[in-house]
Amino acid sequence: MFRNVAELVERAESQGIKISQVMIEAEMDVSKRTRQEIMDEMYNNLDVMEQAVKRGLTEDMRSHSGLTGGDAKRLQTYMREKPYLSGETLLHAVSMSTAVNEVNAAMGTIVATPTAGACGIVPGTLFAVSGKLKPTREEMVNYLFTAGAIGYCIANNAFISGAAGGCQAEVGSATAMAAAAIVEMAGGTPEQSAQAVAIALKNMLGLVCDPVAGLVEVPCVKRNAMGAAIATVAADMALAGIKSVIPTDEVIQAMYRIGCTMPTALKETAQGGLAATQTGRQIEAKIFGVPLNQ
Amino acid sequence: MKYKSVFDIIGPVMVGPSSSHTAGAARIGRVARSVFGREPKRAEITFYGSFAKTYKGHGSDVATVAGILGFDTYDRRLKDSFAIARERGIEIVLRTSDELTDHPNTSRIRLMDERGSVEVVGISIGGGKIEIIEINGFPLKLSGSAHTLMVLHEDRYGMIAAVSNVLTKYQINIGHMEVSRRERGHQALMVIEVDTVVGEQAVQEIEQIPHILGVSVLLPT
Repeated sequence: MFRNVAELVERAESQGIKISQVMIEAEMDVSKRTRQEIMDEMYNNLDVMEQAVKRGLTEDMRSHSGLTGGDAKRLQTYMREKPYLSGETLLHAVSMSTAVNEVNAAMGTIVATPTAGACGIVPGTLFAVSGKLKPTREEMVNYLFTAGAIGYCIANNAFISGAAGGCQAEVGSATAMAAAAIVEMAGGTPEQSAQAVAIALKNMLGLVCDPVAGLVEVPCVKRNAMGAAIATVAADMALAGIKSVIPTDEVIQAMYRIGCTMPTALKETAQGGLAATQTGRQIEAKIFGVPLNQ
Repeated sequence: MKYKSVFDIIGPVMVGPSSSHTAGAARIGRVARSVFGREPKRAEITFYGSFAKTYKGHGSDVATVAGILGFDTYDRRLKDSFAIARERGIEIVLRTSDELTDHPNTSRIRLMDERGSVEVVGISIGGGKIEIIEINGFPLKLSGSAHTLMVLHEDRYGMIAAVSNVLTKYQINIGHMEVSRRERGHQALMVIEVDTVVGEQAVQEIEQIPHILGVSVLLPT
């Protein structure tokens, strides 16, 4: 198994294959399962993601707390009715990412990518970019293997949960994973995927995990939305040939060190950041009867 | 390497809202149930750290109970676990502790009935992945994702060789193994993660080895 992004890229480029194929072969080696079994499991994950995107865009989602829901649809309506400013693919990515995270907040079924809190970004960008690139179903599954390969490197060299490393570890990882996968689907090289990871993750460094009332809703849904936007733009930048001065694995190391020194109050404990604002505390008191800090 | 599979990253399929606090909590509960080996009459759950602070918003309590009922992370019944536990006559006691733990997402689960009890401590390390760090006071490291053999034995020489001889005979390959004891010369716990199913016959043979006090098998969760 590859241990970091540099090894992953090296393996792909020396064999002249894509990152997704390196991941599939590594998975076969580690799990002793056949290619077909591994592909089938990922096809199933793809189906669950598609359902979640659909649900979020068509049903009236509303979380138990009432804090989130409906924004994915709101954005789609806006796109139909108004001359929006940013790009079509970009806004679809934002809307679909929001959709999946709204389904998650409403205790619907999703695929953790890499976590439930960040579950919108990988499927949201996948289905948005697919609208433009028209990939086959197999290419869509490959997208998930590429995203998985990057997530694997980040998880083993840093962390992927907000409780361990802040939002940079959670939404940050998902954004980096999506950026790499978009590059591959668009025909970029493994090295360009790695550059997209670095560009995306650099723009997430230091992001804290400060969910209001401890719920995976505020600001998680909107961070998924913007994570999808950053992933899409980072992919375009990498495809344009733009390179990160700091190598990808060093950016991941930086994320790790920042996460280690981040105070506990800013790691999913609902004690700092947005959770500790006046409105955050009021929402908390309304939901639980008392604020969590009392 | 903490994460071994692409499906640790793209997965699990789960009921929201949190992979660490909902799916991970459910998996710890499910391993505890599997270690206990039957449906308990009473479950005592203690949450620490972030689990203690935010469990209500993430449904960690509901998910842990669902796991204790044997439900998987994607089971639609997860939301209704407390009502189902009540129907089945399982008493649930939930506590939070502000005691400091090494990992922010830690839960301690004690399951019991008239025949006995087990106590399992698990941590949820992110993305739905968990580790069991203690069983009945024995410190260990168990992923719960492999076929696992747990052997309680007297703390004396030759026990590891005797057990691995039986595994050799049945051509069962060991992936990871740990031996842990609370006090020298008393009882010890051997936890062996293997690649294939450990059959009834192999288990019986291990049980018959002198100085073995108990054997149980966990299926991958």
